[in-house]
Amino acid sequence: MSGIASILNTDLLVATIRLSTPITLAAIGATICERSGIVNIAMEGIMIIGAFFAAVAALYTGNPWIGLLAGVAAGGIFSLIHAVATITFHLDHVVSGAVMNILSFGIVRYLMVMIFGHPGTSDAIPVGLKAYQFAIPGLSKIPVLGPVFFDQTPIVYMSFVLVILTLIFLKKTKTGLHLRAAGEHPLALETIGVSVYKMRYLGVFISGLLSGLAGAYLSIENSISFTEGMANGRGFIALAAMISGGWSAIGSFVAALFFGFADAFQVRMQVFKVLNIPSEIFIIFPYVATVLAVAGLVRKSRPPKADGIDFIIEKEGA
Amino acid sequence: MGAKKEKRVVLETRHVKKQFPKVLANDDINMVLYEGEILSLLGENGAGKSTLMNVLYGLYKPTSGEILLEGEQVEFSSPKDAIRQGLGMVHQHFMLVDNLTVTENIILGSEPGKYDFIDYKTARKEVVSISEKYHLHVDPDEVIENLSVGVQQRVEILKALYRKARILILDEPTAVLTPQEVDELFEVVGRLREDGVSIIIITHKLEEVKAISDRVYILKRGKIVGERETSQVTKEDLANLMVGREVVLTVHKDEKEVSGEPILQLEDVVVKNQKGINALDGISLDVRPGEIVGIAGVDGNGQSELEEALVGLLKLESGRILYKGEDIAVLDTKQRRGKGVASVPADRQKFGLVLPMKVSENMVLGFHDEKPFVKGINLALDTIKTHSERLVEEYDIRTPGVEVPAGNLSGGNQQKVILARELSSDPDFLLVAQPTRGLDVGAIEYIHSQILKMREKNVGILLISLELEEIFSLSDRILVLYEGKIVKEFLPENTSDKEVGFYMTGGKKTAEDRA
Repeated sequence: MSGIASILNTDLLVATIRLSTPITLAAIGATICERSGIVNIAMEGIMIIGAFFAAVAALYTGNPWIGLLAGVAAGGIFSLIHAVATITFHLDHVVSGAVMNILSFGIVRYLMVMIFGHPGTSDAIPVGLKAYQFAIPGLSKIPVLGPVFFDQTPIVYMSFVLVILTLIFLKKTKTGLHLRAAGEHPLALETIGVSVYKMRYLGVFISGLLSGLAGAYLSIENSISFTEGMANGRGFIALAAMISGGWSAIGSFVAALFFGFADAFQVRMQVFKVLNIPSEIFIIFPYVATVLAVAGLVRKSRPPKADGIDFIIEKEGA
Repeated sequence: MGAKKEKRVVLETRHVKKQFPKVLANDDINMVLYEGEILSLLGENGAGKSTLMNVLYGLYKPTSGEILLEGEQVEFSSPKDAIRQGLGMVHQHFMLVDNLTVTENIILGSEPGKYDFIDYKTARKEVVSISEKYHLHVDPDEVIENLSVGVQQRVEILKALYRKARILILDEPTAVLTPQEVDELFEVVGRLREDGVSIIIITHKLEEVKAISDRVYILKRGKIVGERETSQVTKEDLANLMVGREVVLTVHKDEKEVSGEPILQLEDVVVKNQKGINALDGISLDVRPGEIVGIAGVDGNGQSELEEALVGLLKLESGRILYKGEDIAVLDTKQRRGKGVASVPADRQKFGLVLPMKVSENMVLGFHDEKPFVKGINLALDTIKTHSERLVEEYDIRTPGVEVPAGNLSGGNQQKVILARELSSDPDFLLVAQPTRGLDVGAIEYIHSQILKMREKNVGILLISLELEEIFSLSDRILVLYEGKIVKEFLPENTSDKEVGFYMTGGKKTAEDRA
């Protein structure tokens, strides 16, 4: 057992945070989206779009911050397809989400070939956001917690702040209250004069921005180029994090940390070969963890009542 | 018309018309509402009452016509406009978000606070102050789903008052209340009138019109067919105006000696619901042939579990269901039906019918794999068709044919399809749950007469209903179901709706008394 103990160190926790960041961002976005009543299974696709445009913009401007903005914006704009389809045209949310995911593969493959002349991996960006890693003076000196939470890269810090902002948004603001009402009892909201459609558009859009940011993290902070398939199921794991986190910001964050940990652990088990079993087995670990977490926790968490339920105001021939 | 006092008109509609793609829901509606009056809008289902109110409330745009508020023409493009002009509406299905608190629900859409932040302290204070002003007591911090229906309705009224409503529209306000809660509501409405609030009550219940309103409009097929001062009209007159023909309001039930062995007995039946709580907590009852046993109770006290346990959709935790002396709890639904157990489910659209399927197919559902409806491995379509046509005739089902989807029929006719199917199977025991929910007077009259006919044929009948009136007019015995237990048994002639209502709420004092 000394083998396993050798990888249980601060590094494992730092990696946990880094691996959980994209999951956290997509999961809190999905939380906002689903609290407004729109089911979102398109995080994977939005992430890919965000990652791609972040890398392209960072590459051509040479500025990763512009890349970040481009990734966020691309995610937001792409997500509007889902909003228009489900809210305005009343398409089934899961169908639209599936289409979004497939569409993102297609768009990215097409643009890869157009821009770089080949599918696969893009050219490397001159400077990534990792270069902007900074330790917060004082706080980063705290043993264990310091390096884990206070010596990180920009989007990781942003994700911490965004979790808190999401929490405040949902709990303390008027818009947050309206958005929650739209996902629980849309007609109740409409009958007191607040547009359900607006709230749902907002929910989808915010989740698009956050998934876009998650994508940017993958391509220009955690890496220095875009690779097709680099989201690698994280959008779906984010979905699982949101569900096992009970459709709440904090819950999603904690669940994302758990999945991040599973991933970090897996990588270390593989790389350091601490146990005498085929290392490939550990690749499946985060996914099994996902299945177990969802299966174990989903019964206890309650989705918004009108989640996934279409809203049409004027009934024909009522 | 009666003496029109020197009263100010607060709301008026002129030639309001609402055309839906297929239906003319409102046709040339002219009505006035005076300040501080309680006005009833009486009509059957589909008469266009709710459409009219939704037009007034800005949810629907009228096809043509004018709405005048305090003499000035107004146009509401959304409920927000209507609210701003002092209209408030309490919908039949409450517009409350279950997992939010009373305060959050009341302030929703009009929250106090700077920028986008909600000032919960001020909000709570305001809610408390209006609730004290109008004597509508609620706990501002309680979550809606923990409140009884009566209290939820109070929250709805507060929601309108918080928005400074001067005109309050109540849509079928007593539909879900116990008799005690109805009394409380009437008191509240009376107090609001004293405060100068003008009130419109939409209803199809004649008692309600007589009990509280000053004036009544009768709506039929989208048109106003009459206006009366309530003090000068009888219930019978109102019913005739509403339906357009003579209606028998009281059910004529012949005296009948019930004897013999019970056809159905429940012995200490315990059933758990999905949450693992005992929804039925040791129920024992018996039904004898030719007897109607009525189960009275507030919704959610085990009615649906009782229904599902009887037809075989829910497993018993313990106890026995004896049918003709045999324990049928071990049998599945089909086997039970084969032995002569029929049921009219409470949720007719979910359990009673397959809406997209033809009327004829629905007519044989459950018997479709038995003779004479099968020929070899095929359905005997001709037999099914003639059988269905005969039932359509016999049960007076209004349908363009037996080949149309059951979903195209009106609620009343859908219920008749179920009734036709279940009764034509010649049952010995019949479970009837909520047989007349949402139906109009004409259909109710018919369905009650059919249930009584089965009683004449010596069928044992268990009636589960939330409508106390129905329980009283049909039952030979009344059992009160409260929190999964039978808490009291009555003979209808020896009790009153007040007394039964008292036990329906667990014999507890109402919230109003406590306050």
